[in-house]
Amino acid sequence: MEFALIQLLNALQYGLLLFLVASGLTLIFGIMGIINLAHGSFYMIGAYMAFTLSSLTGSLAVAMVLGVVLSVVLGLFLEWALFAHLYRRDHLEQVLLTYGLILIFEELRSLIVGNDVHGVTVPPMFGGSIALGDTMTYPVYRLVISAVCVVIALGMYLLIQKTRLGMMIRAGASNREMVGVLGVNVNLVFRLVFALGVALAAFAGMLAAPVSSVYPGMGQQVLIICFVVVVIGGIGSVWGALAASLLIGLVDTFGKVLVPEYAGVAVYVLMAAILLWRPEGLFRRA
Amino acid sequence: MPRRLIAPLAALALVALFPMSGATFYVELTTKIMIMAIFALSLDLLVGWTGLVSFGHAAFFGVGAYALALLSPRAEAAGLWSSLGIAILAAAACALVVGIFVLRTRGIYFIMVTLAFAQMFYFVFHDTDVGGGSDGRYVNVKPDATLFGFTPFDLDKPYQVYYLVLAVLVLVFAFLQMVLRSPFGRALQGIRANEQRMRALGFPVTAYKLAAFTLAGALAGLAGYLLAAQSGFVNPEILSWHQSGNVLLMVILGGAGTPFGPIVGAFALTMLHEFFSSITRHWQLFLGGAIVLIVLFMPGGLGHLARRIRRNLFGGARDG
Repeated sequence: MEFALIQLLNALQYGLLLFLVASGLTLIFGIMGIINLAHGSFYMIGAYMAFTLSSLTGSLAVAMVLGVVLSVVLGLFLEWALFAHLYRRDHLEQVLLTYGLILIFEELRSLIVGNDVHGVTVPPMFGGSIALGDTMTYPVYRLVISAVCVVIALGMYLLIQKTRLGMMIRAGASNREMVGVLGVNVNLVFRLVFALGVALAAFAGMLAAPVSSVYPGMGQQVLIICFVVVVIGGIGSVWGALAASLLIGLVDTFGKVLVPEYAGVAVYVLMAAILLWRPEGLFRRA
Repeated sequence: MPRRLIAPLAALALVALFPMSGATFYVELTTKIMIMAIFALSLDLLVGWTGLVSFGHAAFFGVGAYALALLSPRAEAAGLWSSLGIAILAAAACALVVGIFVLRTRGIYFIMVTLAFAQMFYFVFHDTDVGGGSDGRYVNVKPDATLFGFTPFDLDKPYQVYYLVLAVLVLVFAFLQMVLRSPFGRALQGIRANEQRMRALGFPVTAYKLAAFTLAGALAGLAGYLLAAQSGFVNPEILSWHQSGNVLLMVILGGAGTPFGPIVGAFALTMLHEFFSSITRHWQLFLGGAIVLIVLFMPGGLGHLARRIRRNLFGGARDG
């Protein structure tokens, strides 16, 4: 029983982290119509920022604040320099350019930090474990991750549903041209959404760094799972991304416990089943 | 002789005469490039001619390669003709099944779903013991090409493999040209141009796409088989998403939907790679940078660039 509870908490934590990365991805797809293969790289960059900045400043919290600021700047810059030129291009060229970006980011990572696996220490405040039942304990930091993700998800809900910017984002997702004609600066909205997506992915990487450690290739692993999330949830739907992330968290975590050899495949089988049932995803908007 | 055939024939003659130089390293490298060219040609049937951007084509390439590795006994040669047939059929069967799922989607979805399915194949070979796990598997003895008591070539000899692969490349190219000129191929090009209209005209669009997907998968399996036969080794990296990205890059770089584009792309990308890796360990940085610049400033790839230059030189002469 306690064992199942622990797995459930793990599933929740993994799913919520995925949501942070996938929500940015799905927003960028839905609103800007861009397929961004480099989105996983932002997660990787976040994790490496957590590693380097926390060893420079001595505090993970400071590193996170700095990291978020830096990733927003990175997002604004990339949108201005590269992605703004891709809106009217076809998907093939978007795939090509963002694939090139992955190579650049991976190589820069190898130049700056190297190819070793690094651990990141959990902040001492959250270093302990709490008791679950009589024998099992659960690390506090993992609960903190889940809590932070829930707070961010709530924040996104408020941003998208209750603010003027959120209204523009939703309107832009359903009809870009019309929003532009109505006098909204669509380019600015796009730039902000892109930066938000980058910051979310990087923040997820920073949160995950103490749990998963940082290693080459971590971005691409997340990217592909996030594609599955977006396919299951439906492109452009943030709530679809939330539901799909949690579902994948459950399937992957319990898959690893119950059928370890086939756990890698389980998530994709789930995707195949959803494709047969609802090819447009669970929460596809009309 | 039509003018547009001069360059390809000259290139073919050059490639056919190249082994005379005796540079075994480059002969083997060129063999690998030609295998990748076959692989790229098969993908271009989907990307360039049918308008299906698949980011998971390496799955079928890998199935073809693994088929040979699994069919080869530890210390004996597998029969080339039977194992080749099985490899192609296995790749085609996988493509058929995957196609049924992925063709329910389109556009960005299709890109992501093909990538995800390919990743599933990757995990099957990486996590389970089917093909030796992450270590892969050796083809200890090269397959035996004996047919009715006659052995036309020996796969242990790099120069013979070179000509075999060259012959297969020419055959696959000719076959695809034939397919593209057939009513079936015309229908695929119609689907690329306007799927709705083809549907309205009464074409079973999904069945056509599925047939193209299966055919492309079979040809990718053929290329994968050749790779395993040449290198004598398979591992899950063969069907990693890097491989899918790499071959897509070749197609786009060379010019998707042009007859020679994928072949040019295979040579160009491998040469770019060789060039950058000979001057720096951090070649990916330059390759990535080159790709970004190409997309920003040279839409349409090398094929379209060549066409533009030719049009300027010959005043409006167009190739097919």
